[in-house]
Amino acid sequence: MNALVPLFVAVPLGAAFVIVALAHAGGLKRLTGPLAVAAVVYNLVAAVIFLGVGDLSVFVGGWGGPGKTLGIEMVCDGLAKLLLVTINLVALVSIVYARGYMRRFTRVWLFEALFLLMTGAMNGVVLAGDLFNLFVFLEIAAIASYALVGFGCEAEELEAAFKYLVLGAVGSAFILLGVTVLYSLTGHLNMAKVAQLLPAAAGPATMLAAASLLGGLALKAAMVPFHAWLPDAHPSAPAPISAMLSGVLIKASGVYALARIVFNVLGPSHPYATILMVLGTLSMVVGVLLAIGQWDFKRLLAYHSISQMGYVVLALGAGAGVVAAGGERAIAALCIFGGLFHLFNHAAFKSLLFLSSGSIEQQAGTRLLKEMGGLSRRMPATSFCCRIGALSIAGVPPFNGFFSKLVIIVALMLSGHPVLAVVAVGVALMTLLSFVKVQRYALEGAPGARSAEATEAPASMVVAMASLAVVCLVAGLAMVLLRDHLFTPAGDALLRGFEGAKDLVTGAMP
Amino acid sequence: MSMAIYLLTFGLLIVGIYAVVAKKNVVKIIVGVLIIDYAVNLLLVLVGYRTGGQAPIQAADETAAQMATVAVDPLPQAMVLTSIVIGLALTALMVAMAIRLHEKYGTFDMDRIRQLRG
Repeated sequence: MNALVPLFVAVPLGAAFVIVALAHAGGLKRLTGPLAVAAVVYNLVAAVIFLGVGDLSVFVGGWGGPGKTLGIEMVCDGLAKLLLVTINLVALVSIVYARGYMRRFTRVWLFEALFLLMTGAMNGVVLAGDLFNLFVFLEIAAIASYALVGFGCEAEELEAAFKYLVLGAVGSAFILLGVTVLYSLTGHLNMAKVAQLLPAAAGPATMLAAASLLGGLALKAAMVPFHAWLPDAHPSAPAPISAMLSGVLIKASGVYALARIVFNVLGPSHPYATILMVLGTLSMVVGVLLAIGQWDFKRLLAYHSISQMGYVVLALGAGAGVVAAGGERAIAALCIFGGLFHLFNHAAFKSLLFLSSGSIEQQAGTRLLKEMGGLSRRMPATSFCCRIGALSIAGVPPFNGFFSKLVIIVALMLSGHPVLAVVAVGVALMTLLSFVKVQRYALEGAPGARSAEATEAPASMVVAMASLAVVCLVAGLAMVLLRDHLFTPAGDALLRGFEGAKDLVTGAMP
Repeated sequence: MSMAIYLLTFGLLIVGIYAVVAKKNVVKIIVGVLIIDYAVNLLLVLVGYRTGGQAPIQAADETAAQMATVAVDPLPQAMVLTSIVIGLALTALMVAMAIRLHEKYGTFDMDRIRQLRG
């Protein structure tokens, strides 16, 4: 099994290059789409199979003979597996959806190649066991996403992509600065090694490293006050890419990396826990307040992404706070379970909502809620899926969003933050309000100016949306099962902190 | 003396951030991003540097441990090469976008490139 771990990165990257070659080989051009789907299907199947396997650690390169720890470490632990399943699930749905949606664009092969580049790089981010490797994959994913945001090459799309690119590049530079300082302190890049050596080497420079890493990663995760690029960039991309960016990119390169650095490298201590909780609460509140006033459907969804990611970071921060205070492990585990469960659920319902907004945009020709209306009659399947997504994000039982918000709120109460729990309830109510508006203006009522002639979206798009709607329902109902098999191993990987990281390295040492 | 070099690198970083934040011209913003990139790359090289150190090439009559006592650290140099290549990709993309922006808006002024509202 060890030899298969690097394939999560190698298969999509290889397929991306083959697609570019095929596109220039005349008659073989038709094969690019099926090849892209096949590469993502392979990744998803492999990710699900890996769930049944224990934790793995591979040293790619393997210099110095077998069993030596020279080389680039890839760690496939519980958290990495959870993210792999999430990323590849959303990627599969998005690429199937793109078969119908991308017909109006020329050079679809370019889209497919960039899409696979981004997916492979995100797999690399979650598997990286080495700080510099993490940075490199973050950059590959980011560069592919800058190009994809500007894919349509219209004036607004280019403007959004340029803003996103400049802010993303500054964020990446700070991440590299943090990695550099950690390397100069410890002489190692391997996360587990750095974690082991850092307490002895700690000094004022640790604060510099932590500040640059947390700042850079918070920018990638679009936490308030680093969120300015997200509401421009996510709506400007083609719909399957909006789903990928909001659904998984801000999680893989933002929240996942934040959690990994805080729990497994720097160690969960009070200042970091407080920073995460402040970022999370601010994002949660500011995101939803900005979302309520929006009339552009995709922009509204983008602001909700900021708000929902706030929940995840707040829950993870509360978990780190409990660990730092030496509190009960069960409460910390509950906080982290809530955060990770919401992360997975947000990937499902936000992708679903972005995909349905894309099919409404394509069929009705507008993104403005006021110009829609009566779509539940004109586009029944899309409207049904959109409604399930809206109910999930608004936290209505029995859909998944309700359960993860409930777990987060209970965990906040238990970990001694009743005020934040009340804030989280308030934000959930405002989210509900905002999505009642979407239902009222887009799906119900008299047909608007643009929606009277709309017809149902092509089959591939409906199939993609329907499968995410099923995930939204099943993830809610099967919460206990998923917790035991998916989220508890993932939470353990964070909670083990230094100890787990040490085991992974020393286990492989000769 | 060595502290001065670090401070100068830090100054370069500040100059880059100033350019990105305060300048309104697309080309100047691109230059600012590049300056930030170079400041971090410079710091990366400095971290592995040792005053009077040798190039990290192992001589025939030398063991790896002997070399490690006199040579500069080769790892940050490998990292800097990777980082420079990433910077190249980033620069190419930024410049390409700047050209397309100029085609659409007919200006490099960020104040006039604003159709998206907050």
